[in-house]
Amino acid sequence: MTELSQLDLYHMDELLNEDERMVRDTVRRWVEDRILPHIEEWAWECTFPLELVPEMGKLGILGANYSDFGLPGLNAVAYGLINQELERGDSGLRSFASVQSALVMYPILQWGSQEQKERWIPLLGSGHAIGCFGLTEPDFGSNPGGMRTRAVRDGGHWILNGEKAWITNGSIADVAVVWARTGEGVRGFLVEREAPGFSTVDHHGKYSLRASVTSQLVFQDCQIPANAVLPGTTGLKNPLFCLTQARYGIAWGALGSAMATFAAALDYAKSRIQFGGKPIASHQLVQEKLVWMYNEIVKGQLLALQLGRLKDAGKASHQAVSLAKRNNVWVARECAKLAREIHGANGIVNEYPVMRHLMNLETVYTYEGTHDIHTLILGQYLTGIPAYEPPA
Amino acid sequence: MKCIVCMTHVPDTASVIKIGADGKHIDESGIKWIVSPYDEYALEEALLLTESKGGEVTVVTYGPQRAEAGLRECLARGAHNAVHIVGGESTLGDSLAIAKVLAAALKDREHDVVLCGIKGVGTDNAQVGPMLAELLGLPHVSGVTKIEWSDASIVAHREVEGGYEVVESPLPAVITAQKGLNEPRYAALKGIMAAKRKPVEKLEVGALGLDESALAGVEATYSVRSLELPPAKEAGKIIQGEDDPKAAAAELVKLLADEAKVF
Ligand SMILES: Cc1cc2nc3c(=O)[nH]c(=O)nc-3n(C[C@H](O)[C@H](O)[C@H](O)COP(=O)(O)OP(=O)(O)OC[C@H]3O[C@@H](n4cnc5c(N)ncnc54)[C@H](O)[C@@H]3O)c2cc1C
Repeated sequence: MTELSQLDLYHMDELLNEDERMVRDTVRRWVEDRILPHIEEWAWECTFPLELVPEMGKLGILGANYSDFGLPGLNAVAYGLINQELERGDSGLRSFASVQSALVMYPILQWGSQEQKERWIPLLGSGHAIGCFGLTEPDFGSNPGGMRTRAVRDGGHWILNGEKAWITNGSIADVAVVWARTGEGVRGFLVEREAPGFSTVDHHGKYSLRASVTSQLVFQDCQIPANAVLPGTTGLKNPLFCLTQARYGIAWGALGSAMATFAAALDYAKSRIQFGGKPIASHQLVQEKLVWMYNEIVKGQLLALQLGRLKDAGKASHQAVSLAKRNNVWVARECAKLAREIHGANGIVNEYPVMRHLMNLETVYTYEGTHDIHTLILGQYLTGIPAYEPPA
Repeated sequence: MKCIVCMTHVPDTASVIKIGADGKHIDESGIKWIVSPYDEYALEEALLLTESKGGEVTVVTYGPQRAEAGLRECLARGAHNAVHIVGGESTLGDSLAIAKVLAAALKDREHDVVLCGIKGVGTDNAQVGPMLAELLGLPHVSGVTKIEWSDASIVAHREVEGGYEVVESPLPAVITAQKGLNEPRYAALKGIMAAKRKPVEKLEVGALGLDESALAGVEATYSVRSLELPPAKEAGKIIQGEDDPKAAAAELVKLLADEAKVF
């Protein structure tokens, strides 16, 4: 199997420090041992390996970039490399970790009460509890500001009504971070699995992210205690801050997927013989595809790395994150397509990882801000003109 | 218990090996280096032991600068201290020279047990552990797959052809670890951060009263004439059998007997 480290034209390894490399190599090894041998089966059977969650906790993958409550306190680059290695395995597994860290632990640490932090962070960090993040609704995806889910105060409680859709980890979550309209603007709530009036229904028939649970969350006069609100949340900007964290990880994660499909394509091209007893890698058309993939992966790595260094210096804007998410997920999606072409008929079966990555990336391209929404974010950055609403 | 684990830093078993320009060494460019897998069993055993009985794990390596990354990996998994004897390029593969250097570093260090991997992946000589034991005047048990620990002795299972042998040894002793001894842990990411703050003691070979150029020169017990890669696999032979299966079968039997020499 091709190791990208042996094709390190740009000496990328030297841009990482020793702990960053060690974190990457440790997670890579865990993914090779624990995920890769089974992932095709999980994806085929549409199951999420719940038993790996405490292992991820023990390893320190969950909330790895925070240092409260004894969490590892890794820098942004090491956190990015974890995402890269997880997604080299599977986008679904990486999604699990992204949600838990960037969309659940992050808002609790940022805007939660001390009591909320003490109750949830140790459980979520060790993988003894699972979280989900409910922002999207059936009628509001790219435009979450239109959400209908409402929370109203009722004596010592909040009453939630509404529906969330496409929620990763929804039905396996012990706690849901739910965003709802209130008299005081959009606020975040911690809704526990047993809350009366809260139920979940899984999305079935997915061709993408099959080794990940995706659910609808339904709130029917769901009663939660007054202290279930995240006290520091005041508006739509709070969930958007969470998305910036998660998108940062996805920019790295996508590279992992691209590395996996590229490596598979290179190996296949060198071993598959057609026409005149020669490997298909000897054809210029095939070489062009391999070069395209490699070239874009190298560029994407530099992009992610610089973004990580900026993030550690407190200088990464949300637009910079949009650019990297947009570029790297697109690259990964193109790599998966090219790898699929190179694999010929073998590219459509699960003996090879490419079709699974290709299908997964359709989700990654769409969630956390679609590719086009990131185009609009960057368009607004350049021109100063927001183009989300159609002109009157 | 004071445990010493001897660790060697080797090319990743998944690396594609190329032979260097001198034809005697491997080309190290692009090679990823790892803790030799058998040393991982040795380290894991020491960690399990000190976790249950208390004590300390010190990891010792004799190797070039890059071997420090291997020590850091061991510290990240939970070892307490690390000793780096810097050098070893010129004595690579010379088990006796390596054992002499390790023995010199270990003789004045307190230890209840010394654990090594049965062999270093790559050179595969399986000699350093037993030689080290002789030089330190300690008993040794090699190729161990199970250990029952008591305070002053151990009962160890060692692999022998078709079965295992149960050996009792007093402590201190040198033990070499075989696959199956335990399931090595992953470094926790928190451990990686903690490893940065743990000490790595650096030693020169000269400071141990040894002369590395002599070890690699007049005193050398091992020299490499040449390194060669295994011959490239030849393309397989396909016997067409559709038209005349009987003749094809006869041809196959003939080839198996004459060329493959399977009977
Ligand atoms: C497997 C999976 C897991 C998910 N997990 C979560 C989760 O955990 N939590 C969560 O809250 N959400 C989650 N999502 C939802 C995801 O974030 C949304 O699907 C995404 O935001 C897009 O919304 P939508 O599907 O409603 O598409 P729409 O918003 O309806 O978009 C459809 C198309 O229209 C385009 N479009 C929309 N508006 C504009 C515009 N103004 N200008 C130009 N083009 C536009 C889009 O780019 C897209 O191509 C998940 C989705 C999937 C598939």
